[in-house]
Amino acid sequence: MTALEQRRVPPLGGFNLTFLAVEIRRLFRNRRTLIITLVVPVVLTLLFRTGRRGAALQATQGVDYQALITIGLAVYGAMLAATSGGAIVSVERALGWSRQLRLTPLRPPAYIAIKLLVAMTLGLISVVAVFVVSAIEGVQLSISVWVLSGVLAWVGALVFAAFGLFMGYLLPTENVMQFIAPVLGVLAFVGGLFVPLNLLPSTIQDIAPYTPVYGVVQIARLPVAGNGFDPTWLLNVVLWTAAFATGAMLLFRRDTRRT
Amino acid sequence: MISHASAPGGTTLDAAIHLTGVRKSFGPVRAVDGIDLQIREGEIAALLGPNGAGKTTTIDMILGLSRPDQGTVSVFGMSPTAAVSRGLIAAVLQTGGLLKDLTVGETLRLTATLFADTRPVEEVMRRAGIEDIAGRLVGRCSGGQQQRLRFALALLPDPTLMVLDEPTAGMDVEGRRDFWAAIRRDAEDGRTVLFATHYLEEADAYADRIVLMRHGQIVADGPATEVKNLSAGRSVRASLSGADQAALERLPGVRSVEIRGDRVFVQTTDSDAVARHLLTATAAHDLEIVAHSLEDVFLTLTSDEEDKSR
Repeated sequence: MTALEQRRVPPLGGFNLTFLAVEIRRLFRNRRTLIITLVVPVVLTLLFRTGRRGAALQATQGVDYQALITIGLAVYGAMLAATSGGAIVSVERALGWSRQLRLTPLRPPAYIAIKLLVAMTLGLISVVAVFVVSAIEGVQLSISVWVLSGVLAWVGALVFAAFGLFMGYLLPTENVMQFIAPVLGVLAFVGGLFVPLNLLPSTIQDIAPYTPVYGVVQIARLPVAGNGFDPTWLLNVVLWTAAFATGAMLLFRRDTRRT
Repeated sequence: MISHASAPGGTTLDAAIHLTGVRKSFGPVRAVDGIDLQIREGEIAALLGPNGAGKTTTIDMILGLSRPDQGTVSVFGMSPTAAVSRGLIAAVLQTGGLLKDLTVGETLRLTATLFADTRPVEEVMRRAGIEDIAGRLVGRCSGGQQQRLRFALALLPDPTLMVLDEPTAGMDVEGRRDFWAAIRRDAEDGRTVLFATHYLEEADAYADRIVLMRHGQIVADGPATEVKNLSAGRSVRASLSGADQAALERLPGVRSVEIRGDRVFVQTTDSDAVARHLLTATAAHDLEIVAHSLEDVFLTLTSDEEDKSR
């Protein structure tokens, strides 16, 4: 046995790339996660037939609805993926795996960082999938719009990675996404992801700016909307991220204290 | 005597575990109600007690999974979390704690990446006796195989102290024997072992020292043989009206005599003598001889305490 003095503590609180790689590999083994994060947004994209319908709307009203809906669907994919990526902690808590991990040098911040990275990886895959299907369906955007909007939709999904963690610590169940997915659907609709806000009833238009999807999608649509940047969008993203992250942190503390 | 890990020389005998005045409550329930405990390096100690005695709560605090409301816990002179980070202390917990969608080998390799230094995965699989199921998904493993995987996980950092919480709960006889054989082989290398159990036989067979817990307190602590002697006696019960208490108390080996109406209860280490006396010298009938269970030991110990405090 190694002498007491020679015992070392791993760097970065136990964070390492092998661990991250195994975590990502686990995602692809989880059929339910893949269906929610990839199949649902892709099927929605196909159902919307963004190409043809968008083109018709564009002809009548002179706004690039095709691009707005495509980006909205990308944000939807990213938020579904990031949320379910974060919500995986509920499964790991239910199984007692997070307790097992506490018997290793892995520090809680490193664990959360890995979960966020996994959630964001899933979000990136979802954004790319939605864009590829849209392009095949005939949506035509300039390269810079694809890339810029894609990156903005993806980075904005951080709000939902935090939301997923929050829900994951709130509900200790193995199928937390079954509760969350409908909520996300409503938020997506109210935020104007599927139908641009100006085509929705005025009540929804009034509520929308206070909901967590609004800021992300407005920012992601900047490259095509052309109506300028509104600082309240960023405020929306920052405040909701802070709210969910704080909630997740408080619940995490309660969880580890086990009182 | 606690010495720090960084202390030069290391000539003092380190306490592997040192608990002082530890209390922990869950709402109104006092799960651990003031315990002091030292486990020395190289000891194999059993934490013995019925369900709800506070064993798991005590172990959780030793592992840093929860914090005491009062008192201090140190492991090799440092905080439990620091000891876990250095791989000095490892544990096999009761249930759960495994991902069903990983294989046995993947679970071990994944966990190994979290430590600064570990034993080779192949080696710990061999020592835990699971090298033949490395490719099996954890969800397809039997309870005994999962428990040996937990043991293999605990072996990874080559811990100086191994803690096991009811490690054989839910195992069949054979699984139980295999599991303890693996632990026993392992402890011969000088590893300190603390395990919780509610089986007296298990504590007696595998521990050098038994710490008896009840209602969150330590009620007895000593070499396994001594603690086991506490339960060596038997209880003789019979129906007898007008029993002569003094005569019964004079019989060899009798510890106590209690008369409740027509029933006589005799605690003794020589049940034969009491039975012979009752059946030949008195009109006793419906005689029963009952071996002491662990629960009786607890009752005896705690009633003694109450007598003393009166």
